[in-house]
Amino acid sequence: MSFLPVPPTDPAMRLREAEELGVADITNPLKVRSRVLRRLLRRPVAVVSISIIVVIYGAGIFAPLIAPHGFSEADFQDRYADPSLSHPLGTDSLGRDLLSRAIWSAQTTVIISVAAVLTGSLILGLTLGLIAGYARGATDYVIMRLAEIFGSVPPILLLLIITATLLNDVQDLGANIEDLTGQHWIVSSGAPSYVLVFGALAMFGWVGLARLIRSQVLALREAPYITAAQAAGASNARIIFWHLLPNIGNLLIVALTLSLGGAAGSEVGLTFLGIGVQAPHPSFGTMISEGVGLSNVREHILLILVPATIVSSLILAFNLLGDQLTDVLSPRHR
Amino acid sequence: MAPGLASYVLRRLAVVPIVLFVVSFATFTLGRFAPSDYVQMQAGSRANPETIERIREERGLNDPVYEQYGRYVWHALQGDFGTSVKPRGVPVSDVIFPRLWVTVQINLLALVFSWLIGIPLGTLAALKRGTWLDPFAIGTFLLFASVPVLVSVPLLQWFFVLKLHLLPSGGWSDASFFGVDLGIFSARAVLPVLVLTLAGVASLARYMRAQVLEVLDQDFVRTAHAKGLRGDVVVVRHVLRNAMLPIVTIFGFELAGLIGGSIFVETLLGIPGMGLLFYESVTARNYDVMMAIVLLGTTIFVFAMLVVDIAYGFIDPRVRLGGAG
Repeated sequence: MSFLPVPPTDPAMRLREAEELGVADITNPLKVRSRVLRRLLRRPVAVVSISIIVVIYGAGIFAPLIAPHGFSEADFQDRYADPSLSHPLGTDSLGRDLLSRAIWSAQTTVIISVAAVLTGSLILGLTLGLIAGYARGATDYVIMRLAEIFGSVPPILLLLIITATLLNDVQDLGANIEDLTGQHWIVSSGAPSYVLVFGALAMFGWVGLARLIRSQVLALREAPYITAAQAAGASNARIIFWHLLPNIGNLLIVALTLSLGGAAGSEVGLTFLGIGVQAPHPSFGTMISEGVGLSNVREHILLILVPATIVSSLILAFNLLGDQLTDVLSPRHR
Repeated sequence: MAPGLASYVLRRLAVVPIVLFVVSFATFTLGRFAPSDYVQMQAGSRANPETIERIREERGLNDPVYEQYGRYVWHALQGDFGTSVKPRGVPVSDVIFPRLWVTVQINLLALVFSWLIGIPLGTLAALKRGTWLDPFAIGTFLLFASVPVLVSVPLLQWFFVLKLHLLPSGGWSDASFFGVDLGIFSARAVLPVLVLTLAGVASLARYMRAQVLEVLDQDFVRTAHAKGLRGDVVVVRHVLRNAMLPIVTIFGFELAGLIGGSIFVETLLGIPGMGLLFYESVTARNYDVMMAIVLLGTTIFVFAMLVVDIAYGFIDPRVRLGGAG
């Protein structure tokens, strides 16, 4: 779910496109996977988009090591500084180093998008989809009715309500846990707002993937090699992990790529509105909200240009990579 | 009508009340029963505890959840969605509908422009496959479709307002002519329509290009050329007619994103539409307005998605509507 009012970058829509990839008949998954990777790396566009993602995510992961300054290190003598050697991208209204803020914001992007996709898409979506498709019957019915309800809700509206109404309470909860356990890093680490944002994203992130996986599993489980495995006495776990998963791998990779971009964009949107990740922890959403406004745009264009460029390139890179993966994986090229 | 379609539509419609119930109950509970006190927040921190207790008692806020919710539903069914807190005491419908009208006007205009530009552009890009224009076109479409509104609005403001001095920076004109709103015709409407149109054109053209390429590869197009039909006749009569069908589904997605997609454009540009109203009502805890917008938004969303699914069923007979849930 992304906040862009643009259908084909809307993951729900892209998932429908991805469905046309269909099911691969893979006998040796590892071999095929390495061939796909090699073919992907021969495409310049794919290499560029992978590099953008690696640079931004890498900056986020290694933020504590590479950021020249702390994210709230203010220098009131040096407000709105122009780019210089000590501040390569200049400073903001409180004299904080923009480059460092961008690097720490990338950390927020990494944490939220990876956590949301791991819990929402991978754990909830994949598991529920596999179970529904494999077990069929009543289990399938319950999971699919649940998906139908979650899929009928406009995610943005509910995301806004959930984060806005629960933010204070989650912060209080964090403080209470601190008091109970004597651990005093919880609230200051920003953990409560992080958990709230990725939890809310995960809540709505599983539906599309679960449906997609289920329909593929339903089709696959009629395949002769599944019947053969069952006849040979393979356990359910073996069939799922050894025969089903490798064959829906292609689809899963494309879907996860698109979800990562979507989750990253959603976090920026929520934080921009002031109901996502909370200060002092920086996010590209905070940086954008500090950079908009006509007087800022007139006098300090870098304030908006820095986060805008990074967020746009990241989302573009995920979309490009999704396209390239679809191309490489589509049966026509196999 | 395709067989099974009627029963499919009925089955989907049967889910609508359940969805509305779940969504409204969840929203209601979140609003009224989140531990941070709703009356306390309205009354301010210096309010007298007795006053607060009196307000709670008067409004029935001390009753159990299900009683309060039942009362809300009972009134809502009679068309009374409560009263707004800000502006205070105004019926919710009087607050919502003028705002909805602004959003609908902007989106409708952007929709018309993006279809008028996006469809020919996408077709052209497909017909130029293999030339230098092709990668350039694909890249441009995806770039414009990927740039979030949060980014494009400030950049367009910088260009049109600060550099060219052509447009006002935001807001909405409340000029009217004999009671007819003229806001959409003022210069203030240009920026929001432009932002939505740019994104719409990019995504439509991208999708249209893919669809046209799909059709161009098919045998009947080759046959049409072989019969000696003129190139433009083949494109219009054979290619476009088939490529347009899937495009219809885009309309469903655009409708589904009406309110949600307006939140950022309207907050950034200060346009008094549904998106801004929703954001204000959530942050100001204007719960009756928030509830009504969620109910309206969910209803629009459910029907838009139903339109999309039915369209898919018509376009691709392999999509069996009745079977898979």
